[in-house]
Order: sequence, then C-alpha cells, then structure tokens
Amino acid sequence: MRAATRHLLSIADLGAAGIEELLRLSDSFVEVSLRAIPKVPALRGKTVATLFAEDSTRTRLSFETAARRLSADVMTFHAASASTRKGESLRDTAETLAAMGVDAFVVRHSCAGVPVQVARWVDACVVNAGDGAHEHPTQALLDCVTLRQVLAERDGRAVEDCGVEAFEGLRVAIVGDVRHSRVARSEVLALSALGAVVTLVAPGSLLPPSLDGWPVEVSHDLDEVLGSTDVCYLLRLQVERGTAARVPTAHEYSTFYGLNARRARSMPEGAVVMHPGPVVRGLEISSEVADMPRALIRRQVSNGVALRMAVLFWLLGPDRIGLEGPDMDRIGAGHPGSTGDALVEVGGA
Amino acid sequence: MPEGSNAGEPLLAILGGTVVDALGERRADVLVAGTAIVEVGEGLEVPTGARRLDAEGCVVAPGLVDLHAHLREPGFEESETLETGARAAALGGYTAVVAMPNTDPPVDGAAVVHHVRTLAAKATCRVEVAGCITAGRGGERLAPMAEMAEVGVRIFTDDGAGVQDGDLMRRALEYARGLGVTLAQHCEDASLAAGGHMHEGSWSSRLGVPGIPAAAEEAMVARDIALARLTGGRLHLLHVSSAGSLGLVAAAKAEGIALSAEVAPHHLALSDAALAGFDPVFKVNPPLRSPRHVLALREACASGLVDAIATDHAPHPPEAKDLPLEHAAFGMLGLQTALPVAIGALCRGLPAFGTAPDDHAGPSHMSLANLLGLLSWGPARIAGIALDQGGDQGGPLVAGGPANICVIDPGATWTVDPAQLASRSSNTPYAGWELQGALRHTVFRGEPVVVDGQAQR
Repeated sequence: MRAATRHLLSIADLGAAGIEELLRLSDSFVEVSLRAIPKVPALRGKTVATLFAEDSTRTRLSFETAARRLSADVMTFHAASASTRKGESLRDTAETLAAMGVDAFVVRHSCAGVPVQVARWVDACVVNAGDGAHEHPTQALLDCVTLRQVLAERDGRAVEDCGVEAFEGLRVAIVGDVRHSRVARSEVLALSALGAVVTLVAPGSLLPPSLDGWPVEVSHDLDEVLGSTDVCYLLRLQVERGTAARVPTAHEYSTFYGLNARRARSMPEGAVVMHPGPVVRGLEISSEVADMPRALIRRQVSNGVALRMAVLFWLLGPDRIGLEGPDMDRIGAGHPGSTGDALVEVGGA
Repeated sequence: MPEGSNAGEPLLAILGGTVVDALGERRADVLVAGTAIVEVGEGLEVPTGARRLDAEGCVVAPGLVDLHAHLREPGFEESETLETGARAAALGGYTAVVAMPNTDPPVDGAAVVHHVRTLAAKATCRVEVAGCITAGRGGERLAPMAEMAEVGVRIFTDDGAGVQDGDLMRRALEYARGLGVTLAQHCEDASLAAGGHMHEGSWSSRLGVPGIPAAAEEAMVARDIALARLTGGRLHLLHVSSAGSLGLVAAAKAEGIALSAEVAPHHLALSDAALAGFDPVFKVNPPLRSPRHVLALREACASGLVDAIATDHAPHPPEAKDLPLEHAAFGMLGLQTALPVAIGALCRGLPAFGTAPDDHAGPSHMSLANLLGLLSWGPARIAGIALDQGGDQGGPLVAGGPANICVIDPGATWTVDPAQLASRSSNTPYAGWELQGALRHTVFRGEPVVVDGQAQR
C-alpha cells in the first residue's frame, strides 16, 4: 500500500535521516554502476518522465540513464521545444503526460517552485531537477555521496562503514553567485543538516538579500577562508540571470573570487575542490585547478547516476523504504548479504 | 405612511439592529422610502406594505466604499465585468467602488469615462470612475485631466504602475491642484522592483524567488511627499504595504501635507510566508510582506494614521494564474472578503497567515465602529462622494439621508468557496477559510440589492 505520494522537492523535506537513507541507498547503486551490465529490474513497469523546460542535457541524461538502469520506461519531454511553443501551458503539458501514465516526473524549470506546483497538479511522484534559484536537491545529494567517499578514503574505511557523522565539523566554503544559485541553497541545507560548517564567500551583490535563518558564516575574502577550508565549492556565475551587472567585470570577479593554482595550494592538505558544472575555466576556476587531483568534478558527475537511481528507487521502488530504516536487500542490487529474492539481475551474469 | 415619502414609493424597514455610523452607535430601526432614509429610531411602527429586513443582532451601517477595485471592463471581460464586479461589491457590503482606469482602452479621456458609466448604469452599486494621470498610462505625458474633471472624475491614477518620471508627477500635481482633484499613486520605483515577484526578505531569499524590496515603495512615497510639499497638490497613496512608508506618511501628516493613505485587507491578514508553496494565488503587488510590516500596518490602522482600507480587488482568469509563480499575474480578489478579513485582523487580532501564533497578532483590537470608518466614511471623503461633498456615500444614517446601507452580522461565520463568489474570477487567497463577520443585507439607493446574503439581481 502506497502512503501519500512521495516527492523530492527540497532538501529541507529530507532532514539528516532522509539524506543518510539516500546516501546508503546510493552505495548499492554505485556498485551496480560498476558491473559489466549495470542494470537491475527494480522499476520494471514504471514510467519516468523528464519534463525539462530549461536546457540541461547533462542533468536530463543523468536522470534518464538512472531510470533505464532501474529498467523503468523513460519519456522525454523538452518543454522548451514542443507544445509550449504552441501556447500550451505547463499545467496542461504535465496533466497530459500524467494521463499517459507517468509514475514519476523529473522537472527542471527556470522558475523557482515549478516542481512544487507540478506536484500539486498531477498524481505522481515529482523530483526537482533544478528550479530557478530555488533548489537542486539531487546535485546536493550527489555531492554528499562524493564527499562521503572522500571522507571514507581519508580515514581508510569502506564507504559503507562511513556514517554521516563524518560530516560533523567539515569546513565547507561555497564561493560565488549564491544569490542566483539553486545548487547553493540545496548544498547549504544538506551540508548543515549533516553537521558541516558552511561559509559563503561572495561579494555582497551576489549574496541573497537576506540570510536570516541560514546556518552559515559569510566572508568576502576568499584568501582568508581557504586556509581553513576542507571543501571549496565553486559556483558558476549565472550570467543568464543577470549576474553580469552584479560584478564590475569578469576579470575583477576572477581576481578576487576565482580559484587559481596559488589559492588552491593554500588550502590544507587533503582539501578538495568541487563544482556543479558546467565549468567556466578561467573565470571561477583556473584550468590548472580544474585538472588537479583534488578537484572532484568528474567524480561528482559519475556519482550522479547512482544517486539518481537511489532517488528514483526511493520514490517508486517496491515496498517503498521508510525513513525509519533502509533495507538494502529489497533493491536486489547484489549488495553483500543480499538475498536478492525480490529481484533478478537482468542479463544474468 | 411616514411624512415626506411619496405615495407608491417602495418602502423598506430594517428592523432590530444597532446603527453604527460616524455619529456613534444606537439601537434603531431604519425606514426607507424610495432612495432616502425617512426615519431612524427605536421601535418604529412599520407601515403596511413595507418590506421587512431583519437586522436582529446585526450592525446597520452606511454602505462601504472601496477606493480601489479593478472591474476590468472594458477590455478584460474574461476576468470581470462592471456587472459581476458590482455584484461582488454589493455582496461585500459596498454601495460604491472606485473603478481603476487600467482597462483597455484605459480611462484617459471623457469619452471613456462616459462609456464606463454607461456600462455601469445598472450596476448594483455606485461605480465612481477614476481617470489616468498620464495618457494611455504611458507615463510620458499628462492625460486630459481637466476634461475628465469636468465630467465629474475626482480621482486620478496610473495604478498598476507608479508615475516614474519625477518631473511629470510634479506637473501632474500642479495641474491637479487647480482642478481640486486627488492624485492616487501606486508607489513603486520600477527600477528597484524590476523582475521581482514577492516581498524581498528571508522568504524570497530562501525560496530563490526574485524579490521586490520595501524600498521600492518607500522611495516613491518619499519622492511624492516631497512633490506634494512642493506643489500643494492633493496626494493619495494606494495600497501602502511597508512599515517604512508609514513612517514617512506620519511625518508628512504631522507637517500638514495634504495626504491620505489606504491599506489593503490582504496586507493585514497575510504575510510573505504564504508564498512558501509557490502558489500564485498569493502573488500580488505590492507583495505580501513580512510579519514586521503586517504588524506596523495594523498599528497604523488602529492609531488612525491610515485613512482607508481598500480592496485592490484584482480578478484574473486561471490562464493568468495557473502558471509558474514568475509568470503569473499579480492580484487577488477582495470585494467579498474585505470586511470579515479586516474584522479578523483588526477587531479580533487573529495572527497573520504565515506567522507563528505567538508572533503577537497586533496591537489593540479596534472597535467595529472605527473599522467601519476606514471602510465607509473615511474612503467616501477621499473619493469626494461624501454627503457634504455633494455625494451620497458614507452616511450618517439619518432621516433625509441617502439610503446606502449595509447590514452586517459580526458574529456569523462562513466558509469561502471560490466557486461561489460573484466575481467572474476565483483568485481568492482565502479559499476554504472560515471567516467571521457576514454581510446580511445591502441597500443601494433604497433598493435591497442583497438580502440574507443573496444577491437580488
């Protein structure tokens, strides 16, 4: 029996327990991704629709790959290029797709709140794949997956043995266009829920107008912050949202807030650099830094598929797992100790 | 039959209520013949043939006057018409509304004024037509205000937008001064508000929605007060929503500047936290502000700094509202809910929607009599349609006076059902709310246009 329809609209809906559950679920799917045939039948018969009204090929492909690896059927809708151009409203589009039998919508839109609205309009699960400057929950979660792997490696532990308590006291600097960044909002919620200490580093004109209630420190001096930072998280300057008028010149921004090799070397031993992509080399990050071993950018991307598999499974899987405790056996992912009774691996090893 | 009434005129008796008007409060029946009140007193003898309206346990007051309603006709009849808007007004207790001129075509000449009046000839309340300050609401040159004043327009506004050009606004005030009319400003500095969709503050920052800072309003309030001082022109501030604006108004009034200010019921009852679910029904301009501003507005109503409560009734069809928040139209319905919403916020001190229960509901609890002043005789004077201005609105309810009356049951509760509202649109932010304070009867120019909460035509 399905309880109230579950959605992933904001990190705030998850809390630390929900985040931990999704991280642990994703461990199993990371393992699946490494197989010769990286596919499980967990969501066979389910339909996942990607409803993207803003171009983002990377995120859409990541979700669609995740859905296919779970054996779900995938429906792709580019709102920017189809019915909406003929004047159909987003609500009509969503309701029309829902009428075809969609179990989960993955929604991306340039306006904040659209996934929340879609969740009100249709009777299906909704995943926020990025909405305006609001949130991008799966980005924050996949970054937590990546950081947890790094923390486990640092301590010489298996990632499964690394609980979220490892995030406690982790010093994270989020640098750049926080004002327009949905990634930053999800990142702040997720990292602070796990006990990390977050510092926003940006000129005043790129900070949100109010930081009331944000569990963050603020600095305007990147050099000062970097010496005591474990994770330097760089944000892309969102020129399409009017950032250009908020800094005098790209050169000035790069001079004061760009991560160049000199700055990267001033970070503590073992500190890492992250970026949600797409990277603009030479602006927020220099090419040299982007290619340093401490830059986790590629790893973030590869963890994206596993995390999104975890999210889709969490929303749509059989015997949907409750927040009270994940049961790895149910995913049939060949997790060590799994009985694998519910599901059979496609293609048989 | 009472003296002074003409034979054959319909008779109406409003019985058993408490009359509340600018003269005070008294138990009294009210007898109406034709379009006039003929007798007010306790235990009146009801002439045979008179229609009886029960007012037991009710307040009998002068009809309410709305300074600010978008009735959308001509041009936007899919949202509202003068007929449906006036019906909604009557059901809300209003016997007069000032119709905003942002129609298509805009009301920027005597011909359009005449057209709107013709369309409103059979409306169930008085429709007072406001004219534009600038031609076509374009913000570039003055509209022919003298031409419109000559046919009786008393209030001018470009509402929907403020007059951005300071020098143009200066000339408008100078020109208006000679005509004895009032300029009503939608105070919003467009450059500061550009691209915003809700109040700029902790909620907008958290939700990632571009905000409209209170400073956008305050900057124009400050400028226009300076211009009113400079020119001596009469200024009315529409839908004041920020605490900072109130401070400027208080200082200007203390200085003796000819200035009045209105606030909208939704700014008293709702806060920006209502946008947490991104529901465009809560998108309005000026935006719902933070609790600090809501409390300041309530205090300003109680203290008498504010002169009127006006609805900013702004109907929109679903296709303009069922959109991403950043694409949806600004505005919400107000005419049928203004009275009980204001009673809740100001008389009962209910916490604003979106604030914590202990987020203190507000200052003193206003008396219903004082609230009625803000809803009836206060705005009647600003619109220039009070009795001593040659008009027929705002009371008092005395023999010989015009029979524009509303009967309110302050204790009755009802649940707002958007589909049941008389407006052609259903964008009320109070869907499903149980409101206390129900409109029982409305008498417009002697005609009972609403009886027991039902529109009669």
